[in-house]
Amino acid sequence: MTWWERAYLFEIVRGLTITGGVFMKNMWRWMTLRKGALTTYYPEETRADYAPRNRGKHVLTQRVDGRPQCIACNLCATICPAKVIEIEAAFDPEDPAHPKYPARFEIDYSRCIFCGLCVEACPEDAIRMVKEVPDLPTRDRGSLWLSRAELLTWNPQSDVAKPYAARPTRAPE
Amino acid sequence: MIQDLVVTMLFIAYAIAVLLVFGTVLTWVERKQAAIMSDRIGANRAYVRIPFTQIRLVWLGLFHGLADGLKMMLKEDFKPDSYDRFAYAIAPWVVFTPVLLVFAVIPFGGTLVPGRLFDALPVVASWFGDRTYPLQIARLDAGLLVVFAFGGLTIIGAMLAGWSSSNKFSMLGALRAGSQMISYELVMGLTVLGLIVVYGSVDLGSIARQQSGVVLGWLPAWGIVYQPFAAILFMTAAIAENKRIPFDLPEAESELIAGYYTEYSAMKMGLFMFAEFIEIAIIGALFTTLFLGGYNLPFMNDAGFVLPGGHVVALGHGTVLVIQMVAFLLKVLLVCSFQILVRWSLPRFRYDQLLAFAWKFMFPLALANLTLTVVAVWVLRAG
Repeated sequence: MTWWERAYLFEIVRGLTITGGVFMKNMWRWMTLRKGALTTYYPEETRADYAPRNRGKHVLTQRVDGRPQCIACNLCATICPAKVIEIEAAFDPEDPAHPKYPARFEIDYSRCIFCGLCVEACPEDAIRMVKEVPDLPTRDRGSLWLSRAELLTWNPQSDVAKPYAARPTRAPE
Repeated sequence: MIQDLVVTMLFIAYAIAVLLVFGTVLTWVERKQAAIMSDRIGANRAYVRIPFTQIRLVWLGLFHGLADGLKMMLKEDFKPDSYDRFAYAIAPWVVFTPVLLVFAVIPFGGTLVPGRLFDALPVVASWFGDRTYPLQIARLDAGLLVVFAFGGLTIIGAMLAGWSSSNKFSMLGALRAGSQMISYELVMGLTVLGLIVVYGSVDLGSIARQQSGVVLGWLPAWGIVYQPFAAILFMTAAIAENKRIPFDLPEAESELIAGYYTEYSAMKMGLFMFAEFIEIAIIGALFTTLFLGGYNLPFMNDAGFVLPGGHVVALGHGTVLVIQMVAFLLKVLLVCSFQILVRWSLPRFRYDQLLAFAWKFMFPLALANLTLTVVAVWVLRAG
């Protein structure tokens, strides 16, 4: 150390000036009714800057008539390392091309690890992950189970993969 | 005689209230200041709900101190299988009580003249007659010595706690606390000695009164003007006395868990923490009294302001008292805030560096400062 550093005082004053400067800058922002922090108020405030490829919440895509694209093949439930997906298959005699459909499709977000393997496993492009994160903070575990109806709410006006009807022509079961 | 009792009881109530409020509020100030310094928001979730309504009072997280206190009281009071239960039980009190007592000799305002304060109430005014009361609980001639005597007592508490916990971490913490506090106590005493030479008194009231004047025509005659170097040394030694970063070796959590109070839980541990926070306020009050003019504002005396241009602003007795007390509290808060700034800026010393810093660096400097002061005072008084 040089004598300047060994005298402690000057370097300490320099350090205190840096931290004190940050304090003053942030304090000034707070006092002029702006936000002087980098952190967000988590549940109340959602970040706008999620990357487009962020693995956020799951959505089930829909057919043109509004029914789920899912054919209840259980591949996503099989590959899921956290075993959070539960599917109950049902038979639809009115649609000979896709006779199987999920009567129940639930994801337990209390255990989901957001790995995205379900999306990769799906042969039908029926499950995707959008960049927005699910609204998770809650006081009971029950509300962390998302049902089929909640997963089917995603209804974009345009999609790169396939056309979407503006309004479902047939109500989902 | 009964008048003296009434006034002294009022002073004691004021002092205890100030210290407890400082102890609580400083936990909040520490959280928030640290958060703002590091671009964060800080604790802001604890709230008090007004009963029967959905109105939640958050008040910038002020209630986190309340939540802490509640947690401390409701936690299990763990007792280790110690061979000295008595020492274990009284150690937190031995740390806590002297810290409170130090405030007794610190003047927190000018001189109270009840006869003038209660002009409008002749009954009260005549009851008090022409008595005057400096705003200081104990007007002891040995003021500063009392401060050091009580400051030394806290070492015993830390040693007792570490010794009686039957835990190696506590023991190591206590050993560190003992050697560190004795070393820095010495430096602290030597730095203050220079100030005693300048003011010719160890009575804190007298020291504060002597700082109300002006030197060189415009500088306030504060201790920091006479002894700037001693002020820096005193501040450093005081932070080391309080065992806060960068001198928190006795309770360094990455090395010793919590040092000498590892085995304490619930309110006993709370007392250690509370004593630390009150000691921040006490150090602030001491530094203010010794170096920052105490309750004096620049160019202010007991009758009002006398600005350098000769302009005089006369103020009533009550107004002057309130201004002095508020000025004292604000200065104390500023010094506390500075200590928190230091605590969140500097890294921790290594233990050998810590003792070397005390004995090979600060001790000679304090001696040099004292020698220079004595020579300067001798030359000035002689000539």
